[in-house]
Amino acid sequence: MKDSIEVDIKVPNQTRYLSLIGKIGEDIARTLKRYKGDREELAYHINLVLTEAMTNAIRHANEDDPQKMVHITITILDKVLNIRVYDQGQGFDISALPQPNFTGLDDHGRGIFIIRALMDRVSYYQSNGGHVLEMEKVLS
Amino acid sequence: MIVRIEEKGPVVLIEVKEERLDAHNSGEFKNQMLNLFEEGKTNIVVDLQEVRFVDSSGLGALVSGFKNASARNGNLKLCGLQPQVKSMFELTRLHRVFEIFPSSEEAQASFS
Repeated sequence: MKDSIEVDIKVPNQTRYLSLIGKIGEDIARTLKRYKGDREELAYHINLVLTEAMTNAIRHANEDDPQKMVHITITILDKVLNIRVYDQGQGFDISALPQPNFTGLDDHGRGIFIIRALMDRVSYYQSNGGHVLEMEKVLS
Repeated sequence: MIVRIEEKGPVVLIEVKEERLDAHNSGEFKNQMLNLFEEGKTNIVVDLQEVRFVDSSGLGALVSGFKNASARNGNLKLCGLQPQVKSMFELTRLHRVFEIFPSSEEAQASFS
């Protein structure tokens, strides 16, 4: 029997739902009995990438429009964690984001860097009139 | 954003009374620090012992506070970081920017 989970959620395009989604991600990590790594660390990382991806969708893609929704799917299948965050907006140019300046001090710009550091594969593409930020991690 | 602010001599101690410092409340936190700077307080200790989660917006607010303190010839230091929160600073190399202390007392003492 495999560990197989599929969670599909839609919430309003507002940052007050970040903690809800983050908590769901943490709780999913805690169900992974066969995960060989540090489960609490994995829980934090899933909470974090969900938070960062959702914030990007709310702020940049959906432009803080309260009429829009954020749609998230979290799937674990065959030891691969797949997270998709769908936005309904104009999207943002993921390739145009500069690397954070580690010597200077920027107030912003670390979100996508963090996602790329923690996940194995990150892509952003058009889907259903909007875009999706897709992140994958192989779980040991 | 619930914080407890206490003046300890020349240093102001801000205790963040939230589990999360993230995109939802970091803007308010930035403003709370700005109020202190406008009052002429430039030596700040931020105690994060109740914070179990920080995202890039939370880090950004702290960086903003640090820059503002430095620009006013003051300093902003941190204490009470939980292990996963400390890892965030290491991941983004901000542990080389901020002075980070285990306890509030040590952080306050470092100003003299």
